[in-house]
Amino acid sequence: MSGVIGFLRRVGSRTVDMVWRLGFATRFFGLVLLYSGQSFRRLHLTIREIYFAGVLSLLIILVSGLFVGMVLGLQGYETLQRFGSSDALGVLVALSLTRELGPVVAGLLFASRAGSAITAEIGLMKVTEQLKAMDMMAVSPIARVVAPRFWGGVVSMPLLAALFTAMGILGGWLIGVVFIGVDDGAFWSQMQAAVDFRYDVMNGVIKSIVFGVAVSLIAVFEGYDCTPTAEGVSRAITRTVVSSALAILALDFVLTSFMFRGQS
Amino acid sequence: MSRTVLDLWVGFFVVIGAAALLFLSLKVGSFSGFNSSNTYVLQAPFDNIGGLKVRAPVKSAGVVVGRVAEIRFDPATYRAVVSFSVDARYAFPRDTIATILTSGLLGEQYVGLEPGGDVDMLGEGDTVMITQSAVVLEKLIGQFMFDRAAE
Repeated sequence: MSGVIGFLRRVGSRTVDMVWRLGFATRFFGLVLLYSGQSFRRLHLTIREIYFAGVLSLLIILVSGLFVGMVLGLQGYETLQRFGSSDALGVLVALSLTRELGPVVAGLLFASRAGSAITAEIGLMKVTEQLKAMDMMAVSPIARVVAPRFWGGVVSMPLLAALFTAMGILGGWLIGVVFIGVDDGAFWSQMQAAVDFRYDVMNGVIKSIVFGVAVSLIAVFEGYDCTPTAEGVSRAITRTVVSSALAILALDFVLTSFMFRGQS
Repeated sequence: MSRTVLDLWVGFFVVIGAAALLFLSLKVGSFSGFNSSNTYVLQAPFDNIGGLKVRAPVKSAGVVVGRVAEIRFDPATYRAVVSFSVDARYAFPRDTIATILTSGLLGEQYVGLEPGGDVDMLGEGDTVMITQSAVVLEKLIGQFMFDRAAE
């Protein structure tokens, strides 16, 4: 009996704790937006964060994009040639990358490469009481530390996703046209006929912006909210990666059902 | 790292990101180029639209001149009414024939416009009166089989 009560108690406290954190996260998001004006006045802080979140993620994004595109080229060709339509390889590669894989995979990579770093940095600042010290000096840690990192992530993410998609299409072209020998003209012309700028490319960019906001918010929030111990920071980093991945995939489903339902 | 070098890298990052977007918009996607400002809308009733979809191309002589904007069912005549926007650069005579065609054997369906010889041109909101429905493969096969049975 006492086991059942203990179980119920744990479930209840977990649930209440989750709702509590969700509310705090929302209030925190509001605060970040509120202090953004202050942090934009010192733009070099945000530029520095774009360097750390964006420029340093370039290598992993470009290389992964190339490999994802190359795999798509191989697998797509393998399937399409059974139906005698290997000319449509360009369409397959471009549509799957612009609509889904570009934003989603770039978002997952961004969460694990940059999101975890942001959480670790803010978390360690909390452990070493730098955030408190800033507060004592009447410098808002949200304006000085959190908002620049948030906006750095939001700016970097769409650019990284676009680069990922472009590299992926080049990878698909490399395998399909250069190595397998699909006709170069058919590859590009069918792709251009099938991919619409507003409908496919822009919706992919919108997705990547939404993922950028979600991942950056989760990263700064988990860092700011972590238990100020070594163990707490490591847990916060794990939570950042896990909840970012879940958020990206769930948001992707929601956005896709809004954008592409019942059309084409 | 000094701030100027860092700025250079961020600038480089933004530039290649923008270049990737440009690549996606120009090389990968096609600006369909039909803004709502310089198009006009035509309507055409069809007995059967087959598998025509919204956003399917409208072609004349094989050139894309517009896109299907809306497909609805008219309960008064029991026919399908297809609205499509046509680039304002192209005017079509009043006796233009609208046909639903298929590109290739199993390709996507599109609206084909065959211009007639009228001197009056179709304008915004006009209806293309002469239409030809989509060829439904099942009906064709059915007809063929009945013809064979009759022989």
